[in-house]
Order: sequence, then structure tokens, then C-alpha cells
Amino acid sequence: MFDHDTLAMIWFALLGVLLIGYTILDGFDLGVGILHPIARSDEQRRIMMNSIGPLWDGNEVWLVTFGGALFAAFPYAYATVFSAFYVAFMLLLFALIFRAVSLEFRSKTENPAWRRVWDFGFFASSFLAAFLFGVAGGNLMLGLPMNQQLTVHQTLLEQLSPYPIVIGALTVTLFAMHGAIFLYLKTEGDLQKQVEQWIWRAFGFFLVVYMLATMFTLIEVPRATHKFEEHPWLWIAPVLNVLAIANIPRAMFRKQPAYAFASSCATIAALAFLFAVAIFPDLVPSTIDPDWSLTIYTARASVKTLNIMLLIALIGMPCVLTYTAVIYWVFRGKVKLERTSY
Amino acid sequence: MRSQCVARSLGVVMDVEILSRLQFAGTIMFHYLFPPLTIGMGLVMVIIEGMWLKTGDVSWNHAARFWTRIFALNFALGIATGIVMEFEFGTNWAAYSRFVGDVFGSALAAEGIFAFFLESGFLAVLVFGWDRVGPKMHFFSTLMVFLGSCFSAVWIVVANSWQQTPAGYHVVETEVNGVPGLRAEITDYWAMVFNPSSADRLIHTLIGAMILGGFFVCSISAYYLIRRRHELFARRCFTIGVIVAAIFSVASLVSGHHQAQIVSQTQPAKLAAFEGHFKTGPGDLHLFGWPDAQAREVKYGVAIPGLLSYLVHGDADKPVTGLDAFAPEDQPLVWLPFQAYHLMASLGTFFIVLSCAALLLLRGGRIFRMRWLLWVFVWTVLGAIIANEAGWIAAETGRQPWLVYPSVQDGVAMPGLRTSEGLSESVRADQVLWSIAMFGLIYALLFGVWIYVLNDKIQHGPDEGASIARRSGTLRDAAAALAGQSRSLLESNDRREEPR
Repeated sequence: MFDHDTLAMIWFALLGVLLIGYTILDGFDLGVGILHPIARSDEQRRIMMNSIGPLWDGNEVWLVTFGGALFAAFPYAYATVFSAFYVAFMLLLFALIFRAVSLEFRSKTENPAWRRVWDFGFFASSFLAAFLFGVAGGNLMLGLPMNQQLTVHQTLLEQLSPYPIVIGALTVTLFAMHGAIFLYLKTEGDLQKQVEQWIWRAFGFFLVVYMLATMFTLIEVPRATHKFEEHPWLWIAPVLNVLAIANIPRAMFRKQPAYAFASSCATIAALAFLFAVAIFPDLVPSTIDPDWSLTIYTARASVKTLNIMLLIALIGMPCVLTYTAVIYWVFRGKVKLERTSY
Repeated sequence: MRSQCVARSLGVVMDVEILSRLQFAGTIMFHYLFPPLTIGMGLVMVIIEGMWLKTGDVSWNHAARFWTRIFALNFALGIATGIVMEFEFGTNWAAYSRFVGDVFGSALAAEGIFAFFLESGFLAVLVFGWDRVGPKMHFFSTLMVFLGSCFSAVWIVVANSWQQTPAGYHVVETEVNGVPGLRAEITDYWAMVFNPSSADRLIHTLIGAMILGGFFVCSISAYYLIRRRHELFARRCFTIGVIVAAIFSVASLVSGHHQAQIVSQTQPAKLAAFEGHFKTGPGDLHLFGWPDAQAREVKYGVAIPGLLSYLVHGDADKPVTGLDAFAPEDQPLVWLPFQAYHLMASLGTFFIVLSCAALLLLRGGRIFRMRWLLWVFVWTVLGAIIANEAGWIAAETGRQPWLVYPSVQDGVAMPGLRTSEGLSESVRADQVLWSIAMFGLIYALLFGVWIYVLNDKIQHGPDEGASIARRSGTLRDAAAALAGQSRSLLESNDRREEPR
């Protein structure tokens, strides 16, 4: 069907779509977890957990599919990145396990100590997962000390340098804001009034970190800016990004929360897009020798496999979007605690 | 060579290979408690909800809701432990991922797109949608979750089978940064998907899951019958469970026999390890024993002469390939696959006897008065779990030392990939040891909480509306039902508001 280079480009773009889908969807439920400890009563906490109750595991499937697609489309990048971030990804796995389990088990018994433990587990794991996604992204922006054999010898502490930490803070604050806006849509009454406060505070934190991260990126990752000189049309992305961010407070002032939520989705999509632009055509930039970087052309699977995968995606994605739409439709509206709730 | 670390407490030298294998074995075995349970329970839930739609009897609805609560718990653990597996290919087995990614990755991605989205989407309706969608839509969701879990089995079993009996591919030389390497690439997708062992392995895996689902339902129902609680519910569910368990136990014998024949053709070293068949020649079938790899014989065993040859070839005198046909470095360990295989086969035989006997005793409800037999059913679920796990242990240790078997494609010999060649170059033994310790800790905690919550749900039992009280009528039944929920009346009222 397509030639090898076109397929590599298409799969880079499709992985971008999966990444954006994942960050927008799991972003709000991780955000709800990050905000969880601020809630004032047990009932509020239950409402928060139940706002994402039917949705979070479907959202996490985007991550699983992203991983599978990366494995299939760019196996060398999958192998290098996952083994390079061994400790970080193990921590991420522990966080994701803990999160799933905290959600599932928290409301099983009335015991307050039991609930406190799982409440903390839910918060800490959501925070850690959001932070580690940012750290991994930040390290990929900087590049990894990858040798000629595509292997990275780096410890977790080396990966926790200032720039990745800032990007980690960016994802945490971004998801917290995104989650707060989502909660505003799903709640009513007193809780909704409180959530409005949280949105403003989260927005403030996000704005500060966003500006810091932008400046830091301009200094630390000059490659990112070169792309804009070569392809001026790319400026659309940062411009849209800033407009989307600016639209969040505007929409909240005008009491249009759905519009604010759309704007925070657009913010996430724009940031993910900028990340993709910054690393393209590399998947794993090498800091030892740029010539050793894994690009979409060196890391890719065979023509045959990429074509088959494209067919699978073309058949599968419409189904996926249909059920996602059905589920969000069935569970539309404000959260009510029901017999089947957490 | 590789950085080694001394696990002092064990007093043995452990390298990355052993540790990574232990980690994979531990995490997959823990994960594999849940998928067969959800697949098997899925079938039972489809039947129960179908009965509700058909009869409109509200007690079927209560039964469906009860099993849904248990199902949701198992499913959540399945998801949480399943993500780990996808990550581990890359984190611990980077060289393997590079070798197989072109083939294996596509099956994994197909699993995500075709199975996981279907399951997780409709699971939401199944668990949280009782009051939001109509009964038909709810039944449809249950069916979709069940189908999704079967699809998931399809893709992961295809991916695994391809490694054992690879087909539809060739191994090519690659070069990145001037460093040469090898990798498998797909040449014929459908030949890859329907490789020589896919279909048999998938059928056997699904059958194992259905047996577990059947015995799981029987176990909880038998417990209620012994305690004289929720008796109408328990009789109905027990009957369904026994029928499912009996059908699939018998089916597993047929499928297992067929699979062993396939293994004898495609992986003769593995079959030889299963049977402790050291020397090529007419083979006996061991009922039990202890294979001694040094002495190259099975000790303390009882064997039926010629039966192995008969089962493989239909002729008791025909020779069966033994381990001596393989170079020492190409032979699997023998005692572990031998014992795992024999454990699975013995348990399978026990399941057939038990479930068929129970089927006969169902007539006139005789079995519901046989408390000792009900106790046997309460515990048999553990046997079903062990049989499923043992089957995997046999399949995975029996294929060693290969991660991907060598093969011949269109007359060209394709090199395999040894387990020792699949590791991540950048990962050190201490990192793996640390992650094993963490997994051990977290999974032990999870296991404890799982049992605790499972017990809590079982003690709470299905909701019993007024309709059931009227139906079963007698004072004793009503008292038993009350006693069943009697930890305290207050508590059970609380829970009724938030049963999950």
C-alpha cells in the first residue's frame, strides 16, 4: 500500500494520536486523583472517585494500546526506552497497580483507617504516575546517553535532573487543572463551588510551571526551536496552545465549563504535539553521538507489518471511538452515588 | 560478563537471566489468576443474565448482580497486573523485543485495539450501568465483555504460540548504527496468526478458563448450600457451574490429547520433557514419578507400557523422539515441566470424575444433601487455579532454552532466539532483584486484600428481594437468609446503600 518512509511517518503520527488520546483521557482521571486529598468529606471523596469510576480503566487502555503500537511499529525504540527507564517504569507500574486497587477497594468497608490508607494510595499513585510521565518526556526531549548498540546506562537519579523534574511538575499541574475542570462538569452544589476554587488555584500553579518549562525548553533543547525556523507553519501549535490556555479562565468567568474543558483538552493536545515536533524525526535522541539517535527510519518495523498494523488501526479505531462515545454518553451528567458506586 | 549479584540469603549466585525469568514467571502467574477466572465467569454471567431476560424472574437478576460484583473485583486485578506484562517485554527483555517486535508487537497491538477497548468499555456498563441502561443493553454489554475477554485470549495466545511454533516469517539481518543484528519479520500474516499450534493452544486455554469459571461458581454456591444460605440462588448457580465444569472438563481431555500430538510433531523435546522420555524408542506413559536427569530415567514411577507411543502414533511400538535426540544445550529442564504437566493432567482427570458424578447426582437434587461432596466442591476451585497455572508452567518451561523456536520456512532454516539472548543489556541484577522484591511485596498485599474483599462479598451474598422470601416460603429459609446477613442488621443496611 504505502512505501516504508510514508508508513514510518504515518505511524509516528498515529502514535501521536494515541498519546494525545491517552493524556487527555487519563489526564483528567489522574488529575482527580491528585486533587483527591483536598476534598473535605468522605462523601465528596466518593463523588470524586465515582466521577471517574466507569471511565478510568477504559482510559488506561489507551496507554496499553500506545505501548503495543510502539512495540509493533518501532520495536527498537520500545526496547531502548523501556529498558532505559527500568527503575522509573517499575515505579510507574507500581503506581498504576496501586491506583487501580485503591479505587476498587477504598469504599469496600466503612472503617475510616482503611479508607484513609487507600485515599493516600490513590493520591500518591496518581501524583507519581503523572510526574513520571513528565520525567520520561523531559528526558526524551533532552536525549538519552544511548550508545552505538542502542543501550542506555543511566540511573534514576541521573534521570531526575532539573529539566525533567520541571516537565514532571508541568504534567502534574496540567493534569490537576484538567481534572478539576472535569470535576466541575460532574459535580453540583457545594462541592462544585469548591471545585471552582481548585480550578483557579490549579490554573495558577500550571501557568507558573508552564512559563518556567517554556523558558527552560528554549535554553536546554535548542533542537526544538530549530524546527520552527525550518517550518514556520509549525507556529500554529504554540499560538493555539497559548490561546487555549488563555481561554480556560475566560470560559470559567463566563460560566462555560464545557468550553473550558475543551480548552484544557486542546492545551494537552498542543503540548503533546510540540513534544512530537521537538523530537521528530528521532524517537530516542542520543546525547553521546547524534548520529546514533534512533529515528523513525531506523527504529521502524518492516513494510509488511506497518501496513498490516495500519489496516488493524483502520478497522479497530472506529470501533474504539464508537464504544468510547457510547460509554461517555451512558455515564453523562452529574455524579450520583448509586447502589453500584465505589 | 553480566554484572552478577549474590543473593546472600539464598547463598546462590543470581544473574540477570535467572532473576528476569523469575520476575516474569512470578508476575505472569499472579496475573494469570485473574484472566481465566474472568473469562470463565463471563460465560456463567452470560447464561445467568440470559435466564433473567428469558424468565423475568427477579432472583436471576439478583444472581447476575452478585456475580457482577465479584467479576468486577477480579477484573480490576486483571487489568492492574496485566499492564505489567506489556511493560516487562521492554524493560527486562529488550534484545528479545528487538528480535520479535515486528511479529509479536502486532499481535499485542491488535489485542489492545480489538479486545481491551471492548472489554473495558462495556465493563463500565456491566458494573455501573444497571440503573442507566435497559436489560437488553445490559445483557449485550455482558456478552461484549465476555467476547472481549475471549478476543484478548486469542491474540495473546497467538503471540505466544508463534514463539513456540513460528510460521509466516523470516529472519533477516539488520544494521543500525553499523551494528549488525537479526530480527524476525512477517512474510505471511495469516500463516503467522494460524501457526501450527495457535488453534489448539487457544482452545485448550479457553477450556481451562471455562473449567475454572465453572468451579469458581460451584465453590461459592456450595459454600452457601452448606451454610443453608441463599439456597435458591445457590442451587441454580451450582447447577450452571457443574454443567459448565463437566462439559469443559471432558472437552479438555479431547483437546489436551490433540495438543499433545501437535507438540510431539512441533516440539518433540518438550513432549519428551513432559513425559520424562529420555531415550528415543517406544514410549511408556507415566502416571507419576520423579525424572532423574542424571540417571536419565524416571524414578519411583508407575507407567503404562507403550501408551505414549499409542497416544502419539496410534501404535504402541512406534518410537517416540526422546531427549537424547537433542544436544545438551538444546534440552529443557525435565523435572519441572514433567511435574507441572502431570499435575495438570491428574487434576484434569479428577475434574472429569467429580463434575460428571455431580451431574448425575443433580437429578432430584441429591447432591444438595451431600455435605461432604459440597465441601469437595468448595475447595476444588483451588485445583482449577493450580491446573491452569501448571499448564502454563509446563508450556513455558518445556520450550526452554528457546524464547523463539528455530524453524524451517520454505526450506530455509531460521535461527531461534535463546532465552539467554533476549535480555536487556542495560539492566543490572540488583535492579531486577529490587523490582522482584517490590512486586513480591505489592502482590502479597494485593492478594491479601483480594481475599479479604472477596470474602466480604461472599459473606454479604446476593441481595434477596421480597420475591425470593415469598418464593421459598418456609420460616426456616427466611431465618437462614436473615442469619446469613446477620453480622449486624445495621451493617447490612449500610451496605445495601453501597454494596460495592
